Amino acid sequence: MTKQVKNAVGRMIPTEINGEKTVPFKGIGKHRPQGRKYAPPIPTAIDYPDNGNKVIGSLEEALVKCGLKDGMTISTHHHLRNGDLVSNTIFDVAHKIGVKDLVWFPSASFPCNEPIVEHLQNGTINRIEGSMNGPLGRFVSQGKMKGTAVLRSHGGRVQAVQDGEVKIDIAVLAAPSADFFGNANALNGPSACGVLGYATTDYLYADKVIVVTDNLVDFPNMPMEIQGNYVDFVVVVDKIGIPEKIVSGTTQITKSPDRLLIAELTAQFLQESEILKDGCYMQAGAGGTSLAIGYYVHQILKSKGWKSHLGFGGSTKYMVQMLEEGVMEHIMDAQAFDLGAVASIAENKNHHQYPVFNAYNFHSKGNLTSMMDIMILGATEVDVNFNGNVVTHSDGYLLHGIGGWQNCLHAKNVILPIPLFRDRIPVIKDEVTTICGPGEMIDIIVTERGIAINPRRKDLIDKMKNSTLPIKTIEELKAEAEAICGPSQKPVISDEVVAAIKWVDGTVIDVVRKVID
Amino acid sequence: MINKVAKSGNIGKKIRSDCYVTLELKDSGGIKIEQKSKVKVLYGESNQKLCIQILEFFGIKNAELLLEDTGALPLVIAARVEAAIKQVVETDKEFLLDFIDENKYSSEKEKFRFSRLYLPGNTPSMMLNAGIHEPNGIILDLEDSVAYNKKNEAQLLVRNALRGINFYGAERMVRINQFPQGLNDLKYLIPHNVHMLLVPKCEGAKQIHQLEEKIEELKKKHKIKQSIYLMPIIESTLGVEKAYEIATASENVVAMAIGLEDYTADLGARRTNEASESFYARTRMVNACKAAGVQAIDSVFSDVGDMKALCENVKVSKSLGFEGMGCIHPRQIKVIHESFAPEQPEIEKAKKIVNAFIDATEKGLGVVSIGTKMIDPPVVKRAEKTINLATKLGLINKNWREEFLND
Repeated sequence: MTKQVKNAVGRMIPTEINGEKTVPFKGIGKHRPQGRKYAPPIPTAIDYPDNGNKVIGSLEEALVKCGLKDGMTISTHHHLRNGDLVSNTIFDVAHKIGVKDLVWFPSASFPCNEPIVEHLQNGTINRIEGSMNGPLGRFVSQGKMKGTAVLRSHGGRVQAVQDGEVKIDIAVLAAPSADFFGNANALNGPSACGVLGYATTDYLYADKVIVVTDNLVDFPNMPMEIQGNYVDFVVVVDKIGIPEKIVSGTTQITKSPDRLLIAELTAQFLQESEILKDGCYMQAGAGGTSLAIGYYVHQILKSKGWKSHLGFGGSTKYMVQMLEEGVMEHIMDAQAFDLGAVASIAENKNHHQYPVFNAYNFHSKGNLTSMMDIMILGATEVDVNFNGNVVTHSDGYLLHGIGGWQNCLHAKNVILPIPLFRDRIPVIKDEVTTICGPGEMIDIIVTERGIAINPRRKDLIDKMKNSTLPIKTIEELKAEAEAICGPSQKPVISDEVVAAIKWVDGTVIDVVRKVID
Repeated sequence: MINKVAKSGNIGKKIRSDCYVTLELKDSGGIKIEQKSKVKVLYGESNQKLCIQILEFFGIKNAELLLEDTGALPLVIAARVEAAIKQVVETDKEFLLDFIDENKYSSEKEKFRFSRLYLPGNTPSMMLNAGIHEPNGIILDLEDSVAYNKKNEAQLLVRNALRGINFYGAERMVRINQFPQGLNDLKYLIPHNVHMLLVPKCEGAKQIHQLEEKIEELKKKHKIKQSIYLMPIIESTLGVEKAYEIATASENVVAMAIGLEDYTADLGARRTNEASESFYARTRMVNACKAAGVQAIDSVFSDVGDMKALCENVKVSKSLGFEGMGCIHPRQIKVIHESFAPEQPEIEKAKKIVNAFIDATEKGLGVVSIGTKMIDPPVVKRAEKTINLATKLGLINKNWREEFLND
C-alpha cells in the first residue's frame, strides 16, 4: 500500500494518487505553485477553413479528428445541469470506437449522468476528476472505480488546469447557441441556460475544443462567451438538453416550517450582528433555505432603506426581484438557476455574466469571494472544531460534489444554516467524516435549536452578548442533538482510498475511503 | 392468541422519522430481527437491542420481526413494536422509556392560550420539532387526524411522545376521541403529565362529569396531584345551546373552543370566509365562556398559505372576545401571537397593576390596590403575564418599570 502522511488538519493522505505525487494540505495560504501557467499547444490559422466554417458531420468524427485515444482527459461543463444530453454520448462514442481508460473531467455531474457507471465498468473511463453525485458517488464509495476519484472545487478545477496539474486533451462543450466558427453563448435557443462561465477554463486551456450545439445561428453569434478562435470543431445535434431539467422553471422558497425558522434566525442574526448593512456584498445558493434567507434579508434591506451593492449568483428569480426593486445594485453570475434569472441576464444591464474563472480561482490576482460580507452555505456535517463536510454522509458514502463551497469559505462571514439533525442523523459531530473545509473559515452555524459562533470570532461573540437569539456553544448543540437522536455507532470503513479531496490550492485536504456494507 | 402476524407504523415514499414493524410469532427458533433502515450504519445495533428488549419485556421468546425504518427515534420504534405485540398478545403491561426531565413542568389555569398547534397523533415526524416554534400549547390529536384502525398505535405513540419529546415549555394537550371511546384514551395520558385534554363534540355537562370521574380514578391510582384541565370543543348546534352548562361543569374546564367545520355541517350551512353563518354560535359561546370565567378559543384557520387572511381572521376573532385560536401549521403561530398581542391600553393598565403589586410587596402589604380599588391576585397574575408577553414580543422594554416610575 502507498505510504500515507498526516496533513495539517490531521488526516492521513497517501503520498501518491493515480500515479502522481500528492501534496498534503499544509494550512490555509501555505502552498504556492510556482513557475508559469500551463498553456495548450500553439495552433495555426492556416490549418482551419478560410471560410470559417468548422461544422463537422458528427461528434464521433470530431472526436476522431481531435485524436481521441486511450488515457486522454475529456472535459465537459455542467451548465445543462440535470438536462445534459451531451456528456454521456461522448463516452458512448468512445466505447463504440474502442477507446479505453479515459479520464472524465466535468465541472460537475448530475443524476442524469448515471449511465457513466456503465462506462466505468466497461473500462472506457478510468476515473472521474470532478464532482460525484448520487449513483456515481455510490459506485466510487463501494470501491468499484478503477482509478481514484479526485474532487475539486469550482475554483480548484481552474487552479488545477492553470498550474498544469490536469491537462485537458479534448473539451466537449455543449452550447445553447453557436455559429459555424464556434462563437457560442447560452442566451438563446431551446436549451438556453444563461451563462457558460464554467467552460471558460476548458476552451482556453484544452488542446482541442469541440462545441456541440442544437441551435446553429448566423455568424457572428454575439456575445461570444466562448470565442470561436479557440474552437476546433462545431457539431450540430438535434438536442443538447432537456430544457425543464436544465433550469428549474421555478426555484422555490422552502415551505418547511423548520427550515423557515432557521432562515428567520439567520436573517435576524445577520441584522443584529451588523453583518447585514447598507452596501453589503452577499452570496447565497438556490436551496430552499437559502432562498428564504434571501427573502428575509430583502425585507430587512427594504425596511431600512438599504441596498446590497452586489449579489453573486447562481442567481434566481428572487435575487432578480431584489435587482428590479433596487434593493440590490448588481448581480454577478456564474450560473442561472431558474428561468427568471436566465431572462434577466439577457435583459438587465446590471445583471452581469461573471465566470468562476475570475471569482474563485486560486491563481487569480484576487477573488470575488473574499470580498463577500455575507456567505450562506450548506454542509452535510460540521464538527465541534467547525470543520465542514459537503461530500460524504455520516455513513461514509460519497454523495455530493464540492461545487464552489471551498472557494466561498474565503468570505468575511461564512454562515451555515443547517438542521441539527436530519431523520435521526445528527449534523454536528466530534469529527466530520470528511474534512472539506477547515474550521477556522466557518464562522456561524445556525440551527433550529440554536446558533453557534466560532470561538475564533470574538468580535461576533461580543456583539451578540445581549442578543435574545438562542446563542449556544457548538458542544451544547451537539449534546442537544445526541440527547434527541440517541448514541450512534461508528460506520465501518476500510483503509482503501477511493477519492481525494483537494483544497483550493491543489493540496490534498482529505481522502474518502471505501465503505464496507 | 388473537392472530399471529401483526403490523404497525407507517411506511411510504414521503414518510420520514417513522418505521413499519411486521411481527410474526413463531413456535420455535428464538428471536430473529431484520432491519431495513437508512440509518442502519449508525443505529442498527441500538435498534436491534431495543427490539429485543421490548420482545423480552412482553415475554416473547420466538418471533420474527422486520423493522423498516426511516430514521425513527427509539420512542417511536418502541411504540410501534409495542403496538404490534399488543395485536397478538393480550397484556396490560406497558413498555415505558424514560420520562425526560425537560418534560416535568406544569401548567396553570390562567396561562395564555393564544395558539395551540394540532399534531396528528400517529405522525412522529411532525412532533419532533413542534416545540421549537413556541406555540402556547401543543395538541397531540387522537381524534380526527388518526385513522380508525390506527387508534391503538396512536395511543402508544402519543404516550411515548408525552414522555420523551421535548415540547420546550408548551402546554401539553391531547385531543381525545369522542365519547365513549375517548375514555379509553385516558390511561395512556393521565400518568404522563398531560396538562389538558381537549374534549371533542361536547354536548353537555354529563360528558364532562363522566370524564372527570375516570380521570380522578386514574389520578388516584397513579398518585397524581396536579389538576388536569379540560377544553371542551363545541362542534354541534346542541353543544352551542349547552355552552354555559358545559363551561361551568367543572372547575377544571379552563377554556372552551369552537369547531366550525362540524358545526356548520350540523347547521346545514356552508362554511364561508366571512363566517356569518357561525356568528351566532361564536358569540353565544364567547358569552358563555365569559359568564363562566373561562377562556374562549376560536376554531382553526385552514388556509395555511394565506397569512394575511389569517391575520384578518384573528383580528375579528379577538374583537368578538376570543382569546386564542387553533393552528394547523407552525407558521401560523407567530401571526396569531402578534395579532392576539396585548394592545397599548392593555399594556399600560398591566404596568399600573404590576407596579402596584411590586410596591405592595416591598411595603409588606397583603393587599394590592390602585387608588381605592383593590386588585385580586388572579388579576395581578394576568397583568404580569401581559407584561411578560409584551416584553417577549418586544412591545416593551425589559426595564419598563424604570421608565414607568420616571414618567
